[in-house]
Amino acid sequence: MAQDRLTHAHPVVLIGGSSGSIEVLLELLPALQPPLRSTVIIVVHRGNTADSTLTDLLAHRTQIPLREVDEKDPIEAGVIYLAPADYHLLIEADHIFSLDDSEKVNYTRPAIDVTFESAAAVYGPRLTGVLLSGANGDGTNGLLAIRKAGGRALVQKPETARIDTMPQQAIKQHAFDQLVDVDEIIAYINTLGVKTTST
Amino acid sequence: MITNDELDLLLADLLDHYGYDFTHYSRASLTRRVNRLWHISKFLSFAALRHRLRSDADYAGQFVEGITVNVTEMFRDPLFYQVLRRDVLPTLAAKPFIRIWHAGCSTGEEVYSMAILLSEVNLAHKSLLYATDLNSEVLSKARKGIFPMAPLKQYAENYRLSGGTQDFSTYYTAHYGYAKFRSELGEKVVFSTHNLVSDGSFNEFDLILCRNVLIYFDKLLQEQVLSLFDQSLAPLSYLALGSKETLKFSSLQPRYRQLNNEKIWRKIG
Repeated sequence: MAQDRLTHAHPVVLIGGSSGSIEVLLELLPALQPPLRSTVIIVVHRGNTADSTLTDLLAHRTQIPLREVDEKDPIEAGVIYLAPADYHLLIEADHIFSLDDSEKVNYTRPAIDVTFESAAAVYGPRLTGVLLSGANGDGTNGLLAIRKAGGRALVQKPETARIDTMPQQAIKQHAFDQLVDVDEIIAYINTLGVKTTST
Repeated sequence: MITNDELDLLLADLLDHYGYDFTHYSRASLTRRVNRLWHISKFLSFAALRHRLRSDADYAGQFVEGITVNVTEMFRDPLFYQVLRRDVLPTLAAKPFIRIWHAGCSTGEEVYSMAILLSEVNLAHKSLLYATDLNSEVLSKARKGIFPMAPLKQYAENYRLSGGTQDFSTYYTAHYGYAKFRSELGEKVVFSTHNLVSDGSFNEFDLILCRNVLIYFDKLLQEQVLSLFDQSLAPLSYLALGSKETLKFSSLQPRYRQLNNEKIWRKIG
């Protein structure tokens, strides 16, 4: 496993989703090829109890190390991280995670917007935000922040999403660079970093 | 949106003018909360925000309340309260007197949860609760024991899952959208300002609860506060943290034993 400290060259992929996004992740994760040359951070809306069922479910689908974030974990390349239940997930300038139990945003905690916006400020152009299926408006502001900071915004094609409200909201606000299906997300992540981090 | 340098200026102002030290708070969260306040107060420029903060002490108080997170609930993480009820409080029962410190208690929901728990295990008569926060505004809310009705249904469910044996509604009376908790629950509570960053130890405790406060601090400040707790804990007493907080990286760890997988540690050395 090519786990190492995150450097300024490593790309970062943030994936946000709500209802209907777990199915996408269960299809996406087994298709990601180790070693991962980027860092993948997943924020999905989930129940507010601190159980590890979802983490275990997702971790079993991939050869790549997948961990639920603990307070002040350093962010490493080659790892997939999952936002914990009932906390917002934020990213510090020195590449560590921090957690926050402030008010719900878009009626949810963790909120996709919170993580996307905080990551946009830190990673700028080397950040990609991916917004999946979901039933509310979370994620759109985050994708706008990512684009404004020079990063890339991918949105699941609404016709492939079980609940298309979240993708439609992003499309309505022009918060995307490209509409993608699951295969395209897989191909994107698998080739990401191959060209840019050849050192 | 505030820049890093601007945030540094604001934090220096809060320290110089009012004595609040936020310099070792987690930066990402602080930035987000300042941006939120800036947006709500509709300041046209950073200079306008800074001027108001330096010249208006009342506004500075509101600002501090706004940048510190005061989200709390009753019986949050019911399993945690189940362990307190079943494993922790019974071991304290033999003591002639029980002292408990809620550090960073915010508006007091956890303090009232504890008061209910103590009364149900028949320890309330010999317990004293110290509830502290750096912010006097939230403490005056806590002191009243009056909470909004809207989340009460969730609290009642949390209480039930925590092993509560009574009808939760017997603990409060409802008036105009608010629930006033029985006054005897607050009788054994001392509410007082205490700043974990700058104030020292003030007593010896059998149980300290500090849940979801350390997540807002950087590692250096976390270690400093944990050492303050260590100085304030009697032998064989307990320290309870939030569900994502840990002693794992702390120098305290060798002298504390964790209760199963709960975020409760017992001082053994």
